[in-house]
Amino acid sequence: MSVADPTVVADRRNYGPSAFGDDLRRFWNLTLTLAATDFKLRYFGSVLGYFWSLARPLLFFGVLYIAFTRLLGLNKGIPHYPVYLLSSIVTWTFFTETTGGCVQCLLAREGLLRKMRFPRLVIPLSVALTALFNLGTNFVAVLAFAFASGVEVRWTWLELLPLMALMATLAVGIGMLLSALYVRFRDIQPIWEVLQQILFYGSPIIYVATLVGTKAGIKWQHALVTLNPIATILTQARYAFVDSGAPSAAAAAGGTVRLLIPLAIIAAMFALGLWFFHREAPRIAEHL
Amino acid sequence: MTSQPHAPAQAPSPGTALAVAVRHVDKAFKLPHQQYHTLKERALHPFRSSTFDVLQAVDDVSFEVAEGEFFGIVGRNGSGKSTLLKCLAGIYDIDAGDLHVNGRLSPFIELGVGFNMDLTARDNVMINAIMLGLTRQQARERFDDIIAFAELENFLDLKLKNYSSGMTVRLAFSVAIQVDAEVLLIDEVLAVGDASFQQKCFAEFHRLKEEGRTILFVTHDMSAVERFCDRAMLIDKGKMVELGDPTKVAHRYNELNFGRSVTHLAREAEERFGDRTAEVLAAWFENDQGEPIVELGHGEVCRMCLEARFNEAVEDPVFGFTLRNEVGTAIFAATTDLLHGPTGSFAPEDRVVVRLEFHNWLVAGTYSVTPSIARPGLGADALDLRADLAQLIVHGWFYTGGVTNLPHTFEVTRA
Repeated sequence: MSVADPTVVADRRNYGPSAFGDDLRRFWNLTLTLAATDFKLRYFGSVLGYFWSLARPLLFFGVLYIAFTRLLGLNKGIPHYPVYLLSSIVTWTFFTETTGGCVQCLLAREGLLRKMRFPRLVIPLSVALTALFNLGTNFVAVLAFAFASGVEVRWTWLELLPLMALMATLAVGIGMLLSALYVRFRDIQPIWEVLQQILFYGSPIIYVATLVGTKAGIKWQHALVTLNPIATILTQARYAFVDSGAPSAAAAAGGTVRLLIPLAIIAAMFALGLWFFHREAPRIAEHL
Repeated sequence: MTSQPHAPAQAPSPGTALAVAVRHVDKAFKLPHQQYHTLKERALHPFRSSTFDVLQAVDDVSFEVAEGEFFGIVGRNGSGKSTLLKCLAGIYDIDAGDLHVNGRLSPFIELGVGFNMDLTARDNVMINAIMLGLTRQQARERFDDIIAFAELENFLDLKLKNYSSGMTVRLAFSVAIQVDAEVLLIDEVLAVGDASFQQKCFAEFHRLKEEGRTILFVTHDMSAVERFCDRAMLIDKGKMVELGDPTKVAHRYNELNFGRSVTHLAREAEERFGDRTAEVLAAWFENDQGEPIVELGHGEVCRMCLEARFNEAVEDPVFGFTLRNEVGTAIFAATTDLLHGPTGSFAPEDRVVVRLEFHNWLVAGTYSVTPSIARPGLGADALDLRADLAQLIVHGWFYTGGVTNLPHTFEVTRA
């Protein structure tokens, strides 16, 4: 068989499937389309679509509010505790929707993965994007609630945008890792459910970071805000959004420099997820 | 029906631009004896999972397809052709070798991938077009053409779950065809849809070919290969067996597929009649050179043959052949009784070979022959009759709907 002049052929050496593909525009188009479709299906699939997507965090909020405020009195000395609780729950919902949704997302899209050539990363990213749309719609309710509760409107509310971006980075990083791991190990799902529970109580969602005081000579509050990026984000969000009298993340961590640690954790998580997903991407279709 | 293409060669003629180049491509799958999916299993049996079989699905395959070529890939089930196609489509990564595709590639591996039954046709078309590589703008521009080709103008806002399967396929095909791909990978998608839509699909492939698109076509249908392909390739157990002329490839495919079945036909539950005064030992088909064949082109000369041994003396036995098609209809039957006259007298242990030569005007299909020996007379008093003893596969491009395609001429005169 004659080997023709290789210059005749447009060279595309890395032809197999990959995480990013070779066309960023198509990558973005696909992610957006998949996310928009999911979002659309959720809102138009049932009569009260929007209501249901709000109902879950609201109901969760209601239960926690009654349990921890009325019964345990956790709200003592915390201005606008209900607003904090609701905004934290909505943020947390975004986190769990992204990470939890990512776990099985590749399996759910098996048909696409086995039949089409497209950048593999599109799938977990579209899950995150759908969750982000939901976060946006849910935050409308949070803002309404904040107004109604008489929270002071301040410029610092804009700080929520970079904070949510950090949250999204963390969630996507974990999501990429989980989705690629799940293809090989199916028990990632229960493992992540348990970890998620631990993370829920390990983050200042139903309580505030400042409530964790100093015990046995250890400044637990510093440790929490330094080592748990979710705690860092929620603490700063409380300061910027709910109560200007509350300590900022820097204050709660015990120094601005210490904030580099949660930032590094977020960056590392994202890098790890991206690296692992990128490594696994070419073989996802056959391992499924 | 078709203009016979240029003399096909092993490789596209030099100078033409290549659309696809595959060089020494390997693809293997590791098949663990037992799949471990959970960490617990892995922790409990850390070493056991290391035993696996390696399935070499594609083994050192090289070929080139020139721009504008209609290239067929054929092979039996599990021969690796779908794996090869998935490697070409960029779904599987290859282990070794080089793979080049020049231009955009549209895989028709399965139509309507990513269709969502809960969305309307309108939404699905947009999503599918974007999945296949169009931008939103392009998808909107081509929307009308897509719907027109699928002939679904009246069902635009119907949810897909309310579509019939044929309508869904039509829609999917229309989307895929509108994605301006330079290279099309087609994997047996034409098995679906009704006859008129299939016709339309083939017409569309023809048009695309005229436009200079390159088409890689995976199929089991040898007549389609002979009808459409400029060149074809036969793959078996991951290796390329034959490359070149589609007719030759189709022959090899039929040999591979049915070659064995000729010897296997002496099955236990054989339908056999007669008192065995004489015994049919074997039956086979051969060409006019006297070589045994299992497949044959339309219009060629062919012989049905039987070999028999006599156990007792028989005067003027009647030898006969009956040819049946797949559904068991007798297409053709002949005995020596009427045409040949007396066949002579045979003593015990005499052997005889009987040949019946005919021009093969049968349409493509699988045929079996029933040889028989009978006492003189009506031919009903069978000495030995063995039903469907040998098989013949006829291929050709004639689909007339009839069981034969007799040589004919038309004359149209205005009266």
